[in-house]
Amino acid sequence: MFIIKYKKIFIGISVALVAFSLLSMIVFGFNVGIDFKGGALTEVVYKTERPAQDTLDKSLIALGFGSVVLQPTGDLGYIVKTRDLSDQEHTTLLQTLSQNSTNPLTEMSFNSVGPTVGQELTRKAILAIILISLAIICFIAFAFRKVSKPVSSWRYGLIAIVSLLHDVVIPIGLFVILSHYYGAELDTLFVVAVLTILGLSVSDTIVIFDRIRENLRNQNTIAKVNFGEIVGKSLEQSYVRSICTSLTVILVLLALFFFGPVSTRYFALMLTAGMFFGTYSSIFLASPLLVLVEEWQKKPARNTKA
Amino acid sequence: MWKKIVLALIILVLGGGIALFVFKSEPRLNKNFSTTYSFLKNHPFRLGLDLSGGTHLIYKADISAVPAGQVGDSMNALRDVIERRVNLFGVSEPVVQVQHGGLVSGSTGERLIVDLPGVTDVKQAIEMIGQTPLLEFKTEAPTGTPQNATVDKDGKVTLDMSSQFVSTELTGRYLQKAILEFDTSTREPKVSLQFNDAGTKLFAEITKNNVGKMVAIYLDGAPISTPVVREEIPNGQAVISGSFTPTEAKLLVGRLNSGALPVPITLLSTQTIGAILGDSAVNAGVKAALIGFLLVVIFLILLYRLPGLIASLSLCIFISIILALFKLMPVTLTAAGIAGFIISIGIAVDANVLIFERIKEELRSGQTIHDSISAGFSRAWFSIRDSNISNFITAIILFWFGTSLIKGFALTLGMGVIISMFSAITITRIFLGVFSFIGEGKVARFLFNSGLAK
Repeated sequence: MFIIKYKKIFIGISVALVAFSLLSMIVFGFNVGIDFKGGALTEVVYKTERPAQDTLDKSLIALGFGSVVLQPTGDLGYIVKTRDLSDQEHTTLLQTLSQNSTNPLTEMSFNSVGPTVGQELTRKAILAIILISLAIICFIAFAFRKVSKPVSSWRYGLIAIVSLLHDVVIPIGLFVILSHYYGAELDTLFVVAVLTILGLSVSDTIVIFDRIRENLRNQNTIAKVNFGEIVGKSLEQSYVRSICTSLTVILVLLALFFFGPVSTRYFALMLTAGMFFGTYSSIFLASPLLVLVEEWQKKPARNTKA
Repeated sequence: MWKKIVLALIILVLGGGIALFVFKSEPRLNKNFSTTYSFLKNHPFRLGLDLSGGTHLIYKADISAVPAGQVGDSMNALRDVIERRVNLFGVSEPVVQVQHGGLVSGSTGERLIVDLPGVTDVKQAIEMIGQTPLLEFKTEAPTGTPQNATVDKDGKVTLDMSSQFVSTELTGRYLQKAILEFDTSTREPKVSLQFNDAGTKLFAEITKNNVGKMVAIYLDGAPISTPVVREEIPNGQAVISGSFTPTEAKLLVGRLNSGALPVPITLLSTQTIGAILGDSAVNAGVKAALIGFLLVVIFLILLYRLPGLIASLSLCIFISIILALFKLMPVTLTAAGIAGFIISIGIAVDANVLIFERIKEELRSGQTIHDSISAGFSRAWFSIRDSNISNFITAIILFWFGTSLIKGFALTLGMGVIISMFSAITITRIFLGVFSFIGEGKVARFLFNSGLAK
């Protein structure tokens, strides 16, 4: 199996992608949305003509709401980002946007999140991430409890977690780049996407590990089998189904991305990336790593003999 | 053999029935919907605020004055009052719920969440809730309490009223009704209050203990009337006479009667979605679901031929069951919820892919079609189980922790995972069983083999 033969190259590609993602996170930083940091987002569409951005900018700054970000949307619309607004401030803002009712507009959506609500959500999100990671680690340990030779079961778990991190870090890196260039914001759905990727990706790795487990069990009678060969054979037998199961999910995700609601667009894109790299990692990262670990295990044993 | 065919037919008819129910109970798809059975009428899809348009408000309840054991009661009373308020304005299907503080919900205090479908005017929405008056009765502070007096630059001394009075247990929640009256001699409007039994007792006690002293009546945190008690009032009647205009007095009576708030609330966050935005999100969601479904069906049939066709049939039944459950439970659908449902379409056929790949493998190793099918199902089971468990864990924890947005996604995804195990394994197996007459000929082997690889 060529994947096992050239395992160092494939592992290298993964390492490079992860490093690149981490780097983009450090360089660009996270563009945190109002869900977490609090603030208000108002979307309006003008009935006839959209006023120039400069004109509105001036009158908005005069309101004294601090920094106001104005983004054009569609042909006639604006998205206005401010700090969280009270009822009266909201009315004043609409009044200003409609240029004192001379330019009629429709308010498409208004979302104001107080800072305490944002902090609560952040806490909740962190707690959910920790709990789901713990649950999945426990589940991996449980799923691989029976495989112990020649690579012990907790190493399967560890490798599954390494590939899990890989699958999460790359889409996050992608998101950070997107948010830098297209203004996507880190919101509640982003957290949901990360957590869903965790679930989807581990299931994919398990399909292949399950096959290795089965082949190991069947060949236990033959004394000395090359572990790398068994993994290679298992990969050969299962990479088609691994790709196919991911493809069905990717197909629906692409449908969601291209045709679905605007609000879930980045969500679908992140999940697609997560699915793609999840499949990639279970074939090109997790299994080669397994062989690499086994080889490292053998080396010191040989040295002591010599 | 006949048994298998009958079983398959029963499932087909049941599946068709469920699909018919889903179709017939949707107002948009049926022309004469108003004349249909009430059972069908009562089960349209329930759309969340982001799809139907409306307002979502989060309030913080100030429970600092409520004794620890009564927090739950007060919050429920608060919810009832606000529900009554909202119903008064004729909002259809409002949702008013209490979110208790604690580790599980991740919030630091008591919250009240109000969903108002169809109300896109935030100002109006906040008014209908927030203007409910908070009525309090306070008694004079014992003599000797330090008083906060401020001296402004002109040398005028103002006394801070709040330190002069202390709160009592008597609040607007003990109010039975308020009536607008006019003073017979001065013609000034006044508001007379009638307390309920518990309130009457409290009021009697307060008046008894404070004969000759002032009792302050506070409305929304400000004193509106500070009458001096002349004698104990045992019948639970009080009168507020301030400098009201008749209109003000009338408004106050209306507001008091619709229920005074047991605890004060402040608005924390607002979310409003216009109906147009919601509509386009629904259309986009339906379109994405249809296209996603078609892509999966094409993929299955191209790759797995006959079994792929059968898996597509099970997928149709899966979708009917899920949609029927959305209606019957009912599940409130949001954009994220629809995304969860669409993803579950993709996950639903995962089990089929695993089984069919296994069947192909068994076929290649020279087994008969019949044996390959049973081996395929039994051997693929473990990886199906394991791979679904991890998704299910994620869905459960997300549901447990989530805000309403996350809950919608977790619920639809979790339901999808469970029901897909049933449809992809049991239903597909029953349908495949019917095809055992196909024999072992060349055509049969072609139909059961892969469409793209050899």
